[in-house]
Amino acid sequence: MLMIGTGNKAVATAVRDAKPTVVAAYPITPQTEVVEETANYVASGELDARYIPVESEHSSMAACIGAAATGIRTFTATSSHGLVYMCEMLHMSAAARLPIVMANANRALGPGWNIGAEHSDSLSMRDTGWLQAYVSTVQEAYDLTLMAFRIAEDENVLLPVMINLDGFLLTHITQSFETVEPGDFIPEINTPHAIDIDNPGGYGTLTPSNEHFKFRRDIERGMRDSVKVIEDAQNDFAKRFGRKYGMYEEYMTGDADVLVISMGTLAKETEVAVDNLRKEGIKAGSVGIRWFRPFPDLKDVVEGREVVIIDRDYSFGYGGILANEVRSKTGCSPFSVIAGLGGQEVTYDDIAGFVKMRAANEEHWFGVDE
Amino acid sequence: MYEIRLHSRGGQGGVTAAKLLAQAAFLDGKYATATPLYGAERRGAPVVSFIRIDDEPIRIYSQIRKPDLVIILDPSIMHTVDVMQGLKPEGKVLINSPRPVEMGGHRVYNADLTGVALSLDLVIAGNPILNTPLLGAVAKVGLVSRESVRKAISGTFKDERNAQAALKAYEELSL
Repeated sequence: MLMIGTGNKAVATAVRDAKPTVVAAYPITPQTEVVEETANYVASGELDARYIPVESEHSSMAACIGAAATGIRTFTATSSHGLVYMCEMLHMSAAARLPIVMANANRALGPGWNIGAEHSDSLSMRDTGWLQAYVSTVQEAYDLTLMAFRIAEDENVLLPVMINLDGFLLTHITQSFETVEPGDFIPEINTPHAIDIDNPGGYGTLTPSNEHFKFRRDIERGMRDSVKVIEDAQNDFAKRFGRKYGMYEEYMTGDADVLVISMGTLAKETEVAVDNLRKEGIKAGSVGIRWFRPFPDLKDVVEGREVVIIDRDYSFGYGGILANEVRSKTGCSPFSVIAGLGGQEVTYDDIAGFVKMRAANEEHWFGVDE
Repeated sequence: MYEIRLHSRGGQGGVTAAKLLAQAAFLDGKYATATPLYGAERRGAPVVSFIRIDDEPIRIYSQIRKPDLVIILDPSIMHTVDVMQGLKPEGKVLINSPRPVEMGGHRVYNADLTGVALSLDLVIAGNPILNTPLLGAVAKVGLVSRESVRKAISGTFKDERNAQAALKAYEELSL
């Protein structure tokens, strides 16, 4: 069905269509509408789920962990301080191999108090073992949230998935989007290690280092195998519903001399910058990173090109997180632009400006550096 | 692409108006986006919303710098906000006012939205509801169809006075 609504509404609608059995969530700006709308779907009977209102984000993830351990489908949503507050439970959910799906509205962390879009919240949870996707449109928020359940629950993955959308910029924008009838696109959940009261066992028991080591290695195995599972899910989605997604999104990259790599809504804004740069004779292209964990193989697309990377985040004492991930995986020498922190306005003209001022291996803080 | 900047005050329904306007354009078969610009959210504070309408998918998330149309729901906002900033030379203004207003030589549509709301007793917590009458005025200007406005309003509000208010504002606005 073709609808119009916000990014938050699209996430909640995808949750309705994916039919989780438990939703446990705590409201926080700018994702509160996800919590409200999923609650409405449960209240109206459109989603047959148990809705557990909790007292904190730590508890919302704990409730999802408990529910998922029994082998049922679970969902929660959060943002910023809520996400980092549940940090302990993020590690726990991934290490317990529980396929929980969560939407995160990317928002800056305080102080100083700022609730604008920033990727620092989810990127600081980079090493928890969660898969992470960043979406660029309301349609993609719906589609990826739906796909997240299938990917997380795949027997070769069994890891939680975080769908990230830029706070306000995407959570609050109204755009059209099309819902689907998932049918058997998302198979019945079948968690092999679900609690079985007829066969009692220990969960999270004391584990000697040699076993612990194997468990950790298997998380990495699941993360690596997830690439094929993601690609299969996205290809099947395209076949059934007509919308095609990849690990990353390329725009005008074929003959490009310079690539702009970014995530979230900036990736769409960059496409407009690319169009304008090409009118001026600068052969630019855009790569929007959709899946950040597992990190995509960008070697071929980056090869032989100048690269500008926009980070809406920063690793203090090191640099732009995306820039350094791409640099270490591909060996490129990017012009690293730090822009959009705290919801800072970044226009397509600004992005075109970054391309024009590019200098390999330099770092530029937009609006701060001269 | 047609770009609209809407100025209102927190609690006046400007953000909902922007969503309804995008919805009406969508029902007309266009691509549309509506974005509220949030500062500290509180009643009475100036609020800005952006609406884009196009025949192609819209990829821009940044603010509208050079609007084709500026909508002013509360004229008193002009004391503190430069509502005309960036308005294209041929850009137009739609203002909630019972009297004709001069706005730097631009084409100005005067719509007495407050008068329409009060005449139908469309008031919540002492505030006249301005967003549904606004939709009628925007339809009269020709940006969206009257039928799509009716559908967008009836899909959002149960109180039939909202659709009546849109129709009344449509009929009252002289072009």
